[in-house]
Amino acid sequence: MPLRRGESTASRSGPDGLPRLLPADTTRPEGLRGHLARHGFVPYRNDRLRLAGDLRAAGLTGRGGASFPVYRKLEAVTAVGGRPFVVANGAESEPASSKDASLMWLAPHLVLDGLQLAVEAVGAHEACLYVHDTEGGQLTSALQSALSERWSARIDRVPVRLAVAPPRFLAGQETAMVNLLNGGLALPTFAPPRVFERGVAGAPTLVQNVETLAHIGLIARYGADWFRRVGTRAEPGSMLSTINHADGSVRIIEAAIGTPLRSLLAADLGTDGIDGPAQAILAGGYHGTWIPAPRAAELTLDNAGLRPVGASVGAGVLAALPAAHCGLAETARVAHYLALESAGQCGPCLNGLPRIAKGLATLAGMRPPRQVRKDIERWAGLVAGRGACSHPDGSVRFVRSALTVFAAELRHHERGVCSATARRPFLPLPPATALSDEDWS
Amino acid sequence: MSTATDMDKQLRVNPIECSGHGACAELLPEMISLDEWGYPLIDPRPVPPARRAVNGCPVLALQLGRKP
Repeated sequence: MPLRRGESTASRSGPDGLPRLLPADTTRPEGLRGHLARHGFVPYRNDRLRLAGDLRAAGLTGRGGASFPVYRKLEAVTAVGGRPFVVANGAESEPASSKDASLMWLAPHLVLDGLQLAVEAVGAHEACLYVHDTEGGQLTSALQSALSERWSARIDRVPVRLAVAPPRFLAGQETAMVNLLNGGLALPTFAPPRVFERGVAGAPTLVQNVETLAHIGLIARYGADWFRRVGTRAEPGSMLSTINHADGSVRIIEAAIGTPLRSLLAADLGTDGIDGPAQAILAGGYHGTWIPAPRAAELTLDNAGLRPVGASVGAGVLAALPAAHCGLAETARVAHYLALESAGQCGPCLNGLPRIAKGLATLAGMRPPRQVRKDIERWAGLVAGRGACSHPDGSVRFVRSALTVFAAELRHHERGVCSATARRPFLPLPPATALSDEDWS
Repeated sequence: MSTATDMDKQLRVNPIECSGHGACAELLPEMISLDEWGYPLIDPRPVPPARRAVNGCPVLALQLGRKP
């Protein structure tokens, strides 16, 4: 039964088990009517501070990759003073990730509820939904219809502008996004000022990932205790994950934080990571970390669980590399892409990433000179921590983990043997045509 | 001119503005060296007379700011 406007939502009990965010029927988008029947009306607080308190109690962290506590961002933005601006960041730029696009496609109203609640919590008058124009514009037109429908139904209190992100890896990076929304190019800027101090149109700007906003829409309805029913004590709740399986299939799943990778990747790891088809797992996408399959089989999907191998959950990307593919060749392909996606603004990134990528291409070939690996390691040291954004750091993390995890394969290559039998590329990359050098607008 | 308060500040470079002129490393070699592409590598220790290097950067990319 849909709730009438103004009816209390406090007594409404939250859905048991998972999924929480995605509707039961994942074959088509959930319309406004279905959404209201499932969750009831948006529980506006008419009190700015209450939401931050609930989010703090819930322990909600950002689902865009950085896992930053959401209530602290809300507090930081309100502490600056003035009239804040809110951005829902749906510009998921990782080629191996599609969880945000899936969420916005299947449950747009839950995301938009969360956006209005965040707007209310910081006292904003304006908001923006920032997305990639995927599937030939289907997603953006569906979101535009959802926004119009909500505005006519007087559900939204503040108008939401839809902004399209260019198809670049760094387009979802906070400062690049603010630059674009301010009429510039989607290129990162050097902080300070931080976005929460001075962002869109100079206003203190709250940026939250769209999945984070959907969780806000649920926590505001069902409470912090409900949210904590799944997940770990330190990292409560559930998260969406894009799982790129070894058989080439891609699945979006909503899992409790702390779920064993063994159960998320059962078809890939087998029982102990040795008897499955995967040789290694990439956790956290192309700024993430390679993990050998037997080690991954012992780990869980939470930052505390992944920290011992230098990994983090990031935005929930997992990719299982089949044993038939060469980890060095895959890493070289992705490193080439990451070098092309450098904004080219900072000297070390501009000079280092293409050299690292070229070096990896040499390692992916036969009988690479010994010096090449040493060069890559030196360049990695010169690139890390020296950019305005985290692109060099993330790229170097990815490359360094490959040199460790695929060390045995590198020794094969040095002797003139590659153990891979499959030659076609495995990890997803955008088509080369999408990578025009100039298009950052 | 360096002052006593410079001791609690830290040199940092705006990596977008920096175009690798290398003037900073010439003016403050005890704290700044150049990498193989000509961009500054800065010693993180707070060592005083940095002002001259900060003022000498042709594009004002070298800054003296509070430690984060």
